[in-house]
Amino acid sequence: MRVLMFGWEFPPHIAGGLGTACYGMTRGLARNDVEVIFVMPKASGDEDERFVKVVNASDVEARYSNSTIEGADDIMRKISFIHIDSNMVPYISPEEWDTYREEYERTGKKFWEREGDSWTQRYTFSGKYGANLMEEVARYAVVAAEVARQLEGQFDVIHAHDWLTYFAGIAAKRVSGKPLVVHMHATSFDRSSSDNIDTRVYEIERAGMAAADRVIAVSNLTRNIVIEKYNIPAEKVVTVHNAVRFAEKENELPKRGVEDKIITFLGRITFQKGPDYFVEAAAKVLKRVPNVRFVMAGSGDMMNHVIRRVARLGIADRFHFTGFLKGDDVHKMFQLSDVYIMPSVSEPFGISPLEAMRANVPSIISKQSGVAEVLDYAVKVDYWDVDAMADAIYGFVKYPALAKMFSEKGLEEVTGLKWNSAAAKIKAVYEDAINEVAK
Amino acid sequence: MKTVCLYFQVHQPWRLKVYRFFNIGKDHNYLDDFTNRAIMQKVARQCYLPMNALLLKLIKENKGAFKCSFSITGSAVEQFRAYAPEVLDSFRALAETGCVEFLAETYSHSLAALSSKEDFVEQVKLHSKMIKEEFGKKPVAFRNTELIYSDAIGEMVSELGFKTILAEGAKHVMGWKSPNFIYTNSIDNRLRVLLRNYKLSDDIAFRFSNQGWDQYPLTAEKFAQWVSEENGEVINLFMDYETFGEHQKATTGIFDFVKALPKAILKQPEVCFATVSEAAKAYQPVGVLHCPHVMSWADEERDVTAWLGNELQNEAFSKLYALKDKVKSLKNADFEYVWNFMQTSDHFYYMATKWLSDGDVHSYFNPYGSSYEAFINYMNVLSDFEIEVEKALAAKKSRKKETASA
Repeated sequence: MRVLMFGWEFPPHIAGGLGTACYGMTRGLARNDVEVIFVMPKASGDEDERFVKVVNASDVEARYSNSTIEGADDIMRKISFIHIDSNMVPYISPEEWDTYREEYERTGKKFWEREGDSWTQRYTFSGKYGANLMEEVARYAVVAAEVARQLEGQFDVIHAHDWLTYFAGIAAKRVSGKPLVVHMHATSFDRSSSDNIDTRVYEIERAGMAAADRVIAVSNLTRNIVIEKYNIPAEKVVTVHNAVRFAEKENELPKRGVEDKIITFLGRITFQKGPDYFVEAAAKVLKRVPNVRFVMAGSGDMMNHVIRRVARLGIADRFHFTGFLKGDDVHKMFQLSDVYIMPSVSEPFGISPLEAMRANVPSIISKQSGVAEVLDYAVKVDYWDVDAMADAIYGFVKYPALAKMFSEKGLEEVTGLKWNSAAAKIKAVYEDAINEVAK
Repeated sequence: MKTVCLYFQVHQPWRLKVYRFFNIGKDHNYLDDFTNRAIMQKVARQCYLPMNALLLKLIKENKGAFKCSFSITGSAVEQFRAYAPEVLDSFRALAETGCVEFLAETYSHSLAALSSKEDFVEQVKLHSKMIKEEFGKKPVAFRNTELIYSDAIGEMVSELGFKTILAEGAKHVMGWKSPNFIYTNSIDNRLRVLLRNYKLSDDIAFRFSNQGWDQYPLTAEKFAQWVSEENGEVINLFMDYETFGEHQKATTGIFDFVKALPKAILKQPEVCFATVSEAAKAYQPVGVLHCPHVMSWADEERDVTAWLGNELQNEAFSKLYALKDKVKSLKNADFEYVWNFMQTSDHFYYMATKWLSDGDVHSYFNPYGSSYEAFINYMNVLSDFEIEVEKALAAKKSRKKETASA
């Protein structure tokens, strides 16, 4: 079986969990005898190509003007009334966002450029989310249709990840007639701080799911949102929990600098991740136990707010910020931690506790996360319940037996969550979709 | 007779390197050696060396009629010793002329006056000792970090035996009074207060090269004219020494201006130069200066909010001075050294979040991308320092126990 997959990022160039998930998934699919053609904007040439063929969308020549691409004009019409607005960012670290935005303002360069006459248009994409996102999404769809046309006969099913690629998925489906599976890694309701969602994104998500033959949700939490808030028929929506992929070779433990227990928060410092609750819990714990340090690793639009709050609570000598971490530093951070905490307000899945548990770190996760559905050996608290959070931290710090149990059983549990089995489920979804279309 | 009192502030902070959370507990080298060396040598080349040579020449030419005063911080002297010893020699040459007075201040250019009397006294004594060693004379006049002054600070300074203190001629404190007279501290009347004439001082320090200024270009003759037109007895021109060649580059003509200034001023009828202590003694105080709240020479507000104006600064400040007793009880030179450079006010300045009228000045000197970065970096270093202090204390205790049981 062959699948044409549309993604937005792929390791090592990742801004969030989507790239990591795509990597694990494509490997898992490959083991299940599924060939993957992964299409993403701006392939920079150093992706691990053993398991996917990377098609650089920038290298695809759109030989026809937009209007002649069958089905694409419809999409273009759909897009054209959407305002290009810089406030719309699904996820990206603020540093990247700033550089990107700055460059745009300085050079005034569009994210795509036309070269030559209208018959050989080359669209250059940026692999990052940016100010001109809606336009970029639309352009991506145009090229996707072209990719699908060129690869005709080379794939049996189309798989699109998150709303950014849904138009691409729809376009490819129209051109090829192959079934479309869309994958909901997050919903608009997870990204916003209330029900005050971005309606443009919501509409794209809804359109994508409506056009799809199957919808994969990363958790039951997400599946329920899809059914209830997007009105997608329940029988079309399948939950496939994410898994986690670990490097076979464990590098040696980094030398610990401090003897104190380290409690870690790792993720984007945004409303969705609940950083405030972590700070309040930290202040409560520090009142009782002195030999604890808290680390907030990551960056985000709430970082300055959190720093001020930490200073005001007078705990800045025990509460540290690392800034944005990547690659080895993330792993190192887990290895240095004694407790991992993910107090997300809303988390469709949440892969980081799995990485922590894999590094033998007992974890505390919010009940409002998809990963809570698959884990038994993690302490689950409501994200707003800072007392319970503080309690759990205190327990792990003070009672070594408890920490030991969660760390050992947790490792066992997390080792069982394989992409192989998740990919097998995804393959079954593909088969369903293909059979249905064939009927 | 009218007296012109020139005073220059010489200071360089020890800049911290980028110190991450991962360094804590492992890396006890906190300073950015490369940057510190590079900046010191650059400023020495552009400002300290040429300006010292020029002043020496002017003093000799005018045969004692031209005088000025300096305050040099401990951290600046430490960096002279490490990276530019020839600068220290040139300051000694100025000291030997007898026409230059060296003032006392806090050793680290610190905010100790705002912490406690104990911290303050210790910093001042350390600095006076250093000045005595380097330039042969115990200072008798005092200037606090950034001209931070209040009635209570003046009282502490007088208790330490100083006769004169410098302060800002801030509008909100002076009211209708002129800064061009001698005043006394309101608690201790023996202490004389010299007030900076910020208009004339900033004409040189800030406006000299400003081509949008209606008085541009500023010549020595024009400036001397303004000085002679000022009412009062003492014209206090206080500024950063880095004004000459660094903030106002050589190409602006600042050195030519300085070269011509003594002659131009001495040409005016009834005007002379004096050092800080001479100027303070030359006239009777005209009144008492009431300054119950702390003021400084910084920013439009002339207060201390540039260093202690937000929760980041307050937190860093209180966490730093909470360590004091522990550091003191160690009596270890290595720890004292770190303790001193951690107190430097510049670290707190980098954490300022007030970027209105004086944002340019703040950002010009700031090595950090944001005040938050500055805060995080400082707290990381402080955390490691605290761990090291605790370790050393524990080791000391166990040593004591051993000797006691033996």
